[in-house]
Amino acid sequence: MSDLIPGPETWNAATLVPLPVLVPLFAAGLTLALRRYANVQRTISVTALTITTLASAALMFFADAGPVVVDVGGWAAPVGVNLVADRLSALMLTVSGVMLLCVLLYSLGQGVPEGDDLDGGSRVGETIPVAIFHPTYLVLAAGVANAFLTGDLFNLYVGFEILLAASAILLTLGGTAERIRAGSMYVIVTLMSSLVFLAAIALVYAATGTVNMAQLAERLPEIDPTVRTALQLLLLLAFGIKAAVFPLSFWLPDSYPTAPAPVTAVFAGLLTKIGVYAMLRTQVLLFPDDPAVDRLLMVVALLTMVIGIFGAVAQNDVKRLLSFTLVSHIGFMVFGVALASQAGTAAAIFYVVHHISVQTALFLVVGLVEFRGGSTSLDRLGGLARLAPGLAVLFFVPALNLAGIPPLSGFLGKVGLLTEGVRDGSGLAWALVIGSVVTSLLTLYAVVKAWNKAFWQDAPDDVPEDVRLPRGMVLPAGALIAFGLAITVAAGPLYGYAERAAESSMDGTTYVDAVFPDGSDRGTGKSDEITDDATGDDS
Amino acid sequence: MTVLQNTPSAVLVLAIGVLFGTGVYLLLERPLTRILLGFILISNAVNLMLLVAGGRAGASPIVGNAPQDEPMADPLAQAMTLTAIVITLALTAFILALAYRSWQIHGHDEVADDVEDKRVARAAAANAPAYTDADAEETGQTLDEEAAAVHDETVGDEDEERAR
Repeated sequence: MSDLIPGPETWNAATLVPLPVLVPLFAAGLTLALRRYANVQRTISVTALTITTLASAALMFFADAGPVVVDVGGWAAPVGVNLVADRLSALMLTVSGVMLLCVLLYSLGQGVPEGDDLDGGSRVGETIPVAIFHPTYLVLAAGVANAFLTGDLFNLYVGFEILLAASAILLTLGGTAERIRAGSMYVIVTLMSSLVFLAAIALVYAATGTVNMAQLAERLPEIDPTVRTALQLLLLLAFGIKAAVFPLSFWLPDSYPTAPAPVTAVFAGLLTKIGVYAMLRTQVLLFPDDPAVDRLLMVVALLTMVIGIFGAVAQNDVKRLLSFTLVSHIGFMVFGVALASQAGTAAAIFYVVHHISVQTALFLVVGLVEFRGGSTSLDRLGGLARLAPGLAVLFFVPALNLAGIPPLSGFLGKVGLLTEGVRDGSGLAWALVIGSVVTSLLTLYAVVKAWNKAFWQDAPDDVPEDVRLPRGMVLPAGALIAFGLAITVAAGPLYGYAERAAESSMDGTTYVDAVFPDGSDRGTGKSDEITDDATGDDS
Repeated sequence: MTVLQNTPSAVLVLAIGVLFGTGVYLLLERPLTRILLGFILISNAVNLMLLVAGGRAGASPIVGNAPQDEPMADPLAQAMTLTAIVITLALTAFILALAYRSWQIHGHDEVADDVEDKRVARAAAANAPAYTDADAEETGQTLDEEAAAVHDETVGDEDEERAR
């Protein structure tokens, strides 16, 4: 038995790789078993996510030297499933870990997990039994980590399904009429995208005989280019629905705003970015050069940006407004992916990191606004600048960051994208550069409109004078905003990391060599860590 | 080593097509239960696709079980199908619960209109540029009234929406 659990002397960076998946899953089981003890549940969730975040941050450090690969179950690729932590996935893991932790603390402060009033008390007396909040949230975290870490297309599907099932439960938490309405739409759309993805996997397997990403990177160039493009488009379709790019974004602004603020914040910050991550990974690693598809992606990016932001400008409800800006800004990331150059990919990676922190922070602050002002409609809010001046600052900083005001991180990401677009020089790239600038200005208009109306217009009569914002909600929201500012301060090293991540992703051989250290794509089916003696003993 | 013939069997391909077709048809319906049936059909189609992707049937994929010269079936395709089936089962249960809850609340399990669609439709009806109205004399209805009526599939939700 002692062979099964390696001693400390054999621990290395690879030991950390499964932790972001396993720790939350294990904690989810524990919290489900201990659902009667709210305090224990809280402690377990916070501890699990802290461990996950620390492990991810450590992985970010180790992966900078080269991808860290783990063969799950001791079967080496391509026979077994493997987890690969390279710079890109470790970076995404770390940022999502910080964000998941902040949102968890915020929701603890809000009291949703204990079945308090929904929607910040706007519907008094309506409580929900939510002992399942913690397990579901942790399962979501595990699914996200699995999607980021996997080196296998089918395991990516499994990761997606884990987080989708969890997100559907979080969205319909409590089962009120409004949430069932929004939830059924969300569930159907996401299920369809999963089925498209699964069909794409079946076709990929039929065409190449493998679902291992490293092996696919070697085999896909060998197959018929037409078939390859068809596979690529099918995968992009599936990821496009998840990432909410136009015209596949119709479902998002309708489903997100109904959920409780922390849930919306997680969804907005994270779920669409996983679609973007999957797009980035497949585009860069599996289908590196196909100019026609890149042009298609550019058109899609432009439409996503512009139409999304028009939707935001037309909105009168802060949550819906933010949902539309979310759709719009996915366009920036797709722009970076479509540029298909190293600098473009680096800018896209940096933009994803920035956007996760800023969009989540905005939704958390809107949760606070709703708590304080009793509504998210811009017609019913007002006067909050006098009643809650701190809140005004909390809203203002990420809002400006979203619009890309210098010197904040949004500006840096956009500058990266714009310079690369100008350098690309094609007509479409120029159109996108202009589109990006217009979108940024309209974003500024939309968030400033929200800021003016919520904080500066005359207060309506029914805004209570003496509501104190719970410190448990304010502090995590503030921490996340501070994290966003830290991204700005550390933009130099972070951008450098993103560039190195783009470099190693673009250069597929790094990834493939890490997965197949012996250089053969056949693989032995045996992991390096298992010696012949050990397997001999077992049989 | 003998290799499996990998031309798919026509029957399976046909079955996939039929399942996909009927599934999509059911998905376009409004009640959640029908959408669920459509989802089940499509997921079965996709599972069959995975199976077909592994090539034709062969001997059972256990080493030592098959005669020396007989090719084995591809176990990976079957393993993936099995995983997909389990996931589908869980999600089917979830949609069933959703449909049941929807029935509890509304007395039906129809998917409601997108709030944004309704808002846009109402705004459009209010601002409709009624230049000409060909059948106003026949029906006695103005264009605005017709436009308002067309999108009003969820009567009674207005109050709820206004409360948002």
